[in-house]
Amino acid sequence: MDHKRYFFEKFGVTERLLERCLGEALSAGGDYADLYFESVASTSLGLDESIIKSASQGVSAGCGIRVVSGERTGYAYTDDLSADRLLRAARTAALIASGPAKQPVQGFTETSVPSLYPAPAADLDSDLSPKLDLLMRADRAARRYDQRVTQVRASYADELRRILIAASDGTFASDTQPLARMSVFVLAKENERTARGSSGGGGRVEIGYFTGAKGPEFFATEAARTAVLQLGAIAAPAGEMEVILGPGWPGVLLHEAVGHGLEADFNRKKTSAFAGLIGRPVASSKVTVVDNGRMALRRGSLNVDDEGSATQETVLIEGGILKGYLSDKLSARVMGIPSTGNGRRESYQQIPMPRMTNTYMLPGDDAPEDILRSVKRGLYAVNFGGGQVDITSGKFVFSASEAYLIEDGKVTAPVRDATLIGNGPEALKHVSMVGNDLALDEGIGTCGKDGQSVPVGVGMPTVKLDRMTVGGTRS
Amino acid sequence: MATAAETRIDLQNIASSIVDRALRAGASDAEVTIREGDEFSTSVRLGEVETLKESGSRGVGLRVLLQADNGYRVASTSSSDFTPDGIEHLVRGAVALARLPSVDPFAGLAELGEFGQLSGDLCLYHDDVYSLPTEQRIAWARRAEAAAMAVDARLVNSDGAGFDAATGRRVFANSRGFLGEYRSSYCSIAASPIAQDASGEMQRDSWWSQARAFRDLESPESVGQEAARRTLRLLGARRVPTQQAPIVFAPEVARGIVGAIFDAAAGDAIYRGASIFAGKLGETVAAPSVTVIDDGTIPGGFGTSPFDAEGLPSRRTVIVEQGVLRSYILNTYAARKLGMKSTGNAGRGLAGNPFLDSGNLFLEPGKASADDIIRSVDRGLYVTRLMGQGVNLVTGDYSRGATGLWIENGEFTFPVQEITIAGNLKDMLRSITAIGSDLEFRSATAAPTLRIDGMTIAGE
Repeated sequence: MDHKRYFFEKFGVTERLLERCLGEALSAGGDYADLYFESVASTSLGLDESIIKSASQGVSAGCGIRVVSGERTGYAYTDDLSADRLLRAARTAALIASGPAKQPVQGFTETSVPSLYPAPAADLDSDLSPKLDLLMRADRAARRYDQRVTQVRASYADELRRILIAASDGTFASDTQPLARMSVFVLAKENERTARGSSGGGGRVEIGYFTGAKGPEFFATEAARTAVLQLGAIAAPAGEMEVILGPGWPGVLLHEAVGHGLEADFNRKKTSAFAGLIGRPVASSKVTVVDNGRMALRRGSLNVDDEGSATQETVLIEGGILKGYLSDKLSARVMGIPSTGNGRRESYQQIPMPRMTNTYMLPGDDAPEDILRSVKRGLYAVNFGGGQVDITSGKFVFSASEAYLIEDGKVTAPVRDATLIGNGPEALKHVSMVGNDLALDEGIGTCGKDGQSVPVGVGMPTVKLDRMTVGGTRS
Repeated sequence: MATAAETRIDLQNIASSIVDRALRAGASDAEVTIREGDEFSTSVRLGEVETLKESGSRGVGLRVLLQADNGYRVASTSSSDFTPDGIEHLVRGAVALARLPSVDPFAGLAELGEFGQLSGDLCLYHDDVYSLPTEQRIAWARRAEAAAMAVDARLVNSDGAGFDAATGRRVFANSRGFLGEYRSSYCSIAASPIAQDASGEMQRDSWWSQARAFRDLESPESVGQEAARRTLRLLGARRVPTQQAPIVFAPEVARGIVGAIFDAAAGDAIYRGASIFAGKLGETVAAPSVTVIDDGTIPGGFGTSPFDAEGLPSRRTVIVEQGVLRSYILNTYAARKLGMKSTGNAGRGLAGNPFLDSGNLFLEPGKASADDIIRSVDRGLYVTRLMGQGVNLVTGDYSRGATGLWIENGEFTFPVQEITIAGNLKDMLRSITAIGSDLEFRSATAAPTLRIDGMTIAGE
């Protein structure tokens, strides 16, 4: 179904109603108002102890109405899409302003959007057996990998989100956004030692994606390999040392070290350690970092952001110099900078704010083997759990889930889980080598900010940092 | 608008009727959860209103069980659509979906005698959280921020201050005759000032007060001043060399240790062998001074409820008693897997199987004051904030980013940041060498000041 027609046909929304709601929203003044209609259908399946233990499906729909007056935002939402309730929500949001009524722009202009991902016709698949089959295959593959594998859990989750945005500046946009993910979690046991490993992947894809190279056997084998490897891991080192980050998911470094600090809301408020650093060096000259919402099938991609703006590729750091911020409509207007199409929200119940999409470092010239060979004593971290940043002090952490010692240029013993810590505006100045092997993560990243979670992607080539603090126990 | 009494009857009737319809549609058993909530929030920054948000929503979840020879097939559906059509979809969808999963021999509702709920007023709902007019709520947030900014000239910016209020209603019904409902309320005030020193370095910290009744909220001035004190003391923070040293966890971070003990005792991690506590019931897992309790029955508590998400009465469970692991944390499923009885700790979302949830979770206070504990340290770290998720309950490996104050000869000397603290939970719990008397429930999980010896600090 056409994106726009969905809300018109299923919920009886009309252009006239959109205009009335926007008019009501601006009835007490204000600079801008928008309506965000959202309908989500989701499926989730879980395997544990070799049987399918859970299957659930859910549907939800609602509309969030926002009024912006200067730097103030009024917000209200409703899960009842009748005209009465929409108009009531518009009046509640309008309470933020106190002036003469304003008129919305007459007539809407539809944002032209690309087709970065498939737009399935049905909200929920009626035949779930192919999805159950993925989980059973993951279980078999993980157990087959090694006899020391004692527990396998696997899950598959997908959703289809339909959105419609209409704004008082004439913005009109709609999109249908699929999102699918499969995850495998494995425990391995040998004598008294137990260890865990996990893996997963997906994107803005349908189930067919998992019948390719990145299928259940791939993720199950990865999870089992990590768990078995961790059985033999030794204590991680403690202190400052040379650190090499492998390609792909270790790009979470960029997400924490610089990505959040470059979101425009923090810089508008000058609460970020990066505030006022545009045009200044914040990384070594080998570092170029972009945020790109326009990559086909990627988990962090969007045809259109949650404010109806077109998404784009935005250069954040070029040759080490800070170039720009990630903005939404409010911060772009207040700061007088271009909108980069990064206004996102978790759901219709939340106010949008600047968020990352797919954030990655461009490749350099170094061969990964040369990078490893250059290190006398250090850490080689190839996979990570989550991270966190304090954008005001700039301090960030990310937790290695698969890492090895490097001794005299050779990768040696695997080490146990350790957190790495650094300072955002300084950490990337210590990048001395950048590999030619850029990879993006497998598509399982979720980013949290102010209590809102959104799917994101990260990526990086192999990178050498001359200095980073590793939080192990062995000094 | 419907009155409160009308709404209550409505939701209970809806829940019961969905259970009946699921049974008629072929379910052997059914559970229905309905949640309804209203929220208000406002934030101010540098004296100006930044956001004003006011709304409500509700949702319904249905879980059905189909009996087979040796167990049940289970599935669930959820929806925000309460129209007759929407309910019809919910019921038909769940019953159809339940034909897909495997037969699970351990699935199934609790035994008849286990259902029930605490009687009497648990003091969870106070309508005074909405008593302030909007202008006054904004004024409260402004007062908290202004009080913070007035403390010191180095407080030059703000991440804002906010006042939030919310009320919720939860209804649960199942096909074994359980029907229960409770309401809850909540309000909070918080402030996050930013300090800057001559070098341009910025620090931010925050403080808050939350309560179930508006009258129990601390004053905006006291919240703002505490936020300012916590922010200012971080100015000039530096790193320290890599070393082993005693670490004193302030109550707001000691909570994380108590949370890890709960997670390690959670029955699903136990039956999978995914916890350092698996198979350790009756064994010593912590220092003899350590007692950890989960109590869902404390009147007015943030973690209190009359019944859990499966309709079992909330209760008090001693998890660790004087260092010995006494009980796992269980819902019906985990209990059956382990051949035990549920501890009434089921939680659940609208859809999906029940998981494990804590009530009011705490570590019993000791006799020493926080000052006594700090004075006992010759050279070590007082931690006020932790970053990252670096706790592995399978191995016990613990490694997190830390911020705090350095202690020399029992006195704070300078603030510390950009370091990690690491150890293994198994050793850390046995190395708790001092427990403060300063237990205070600022949220559902609480801990007094704790001193842990033998951890590694990684820094310069």
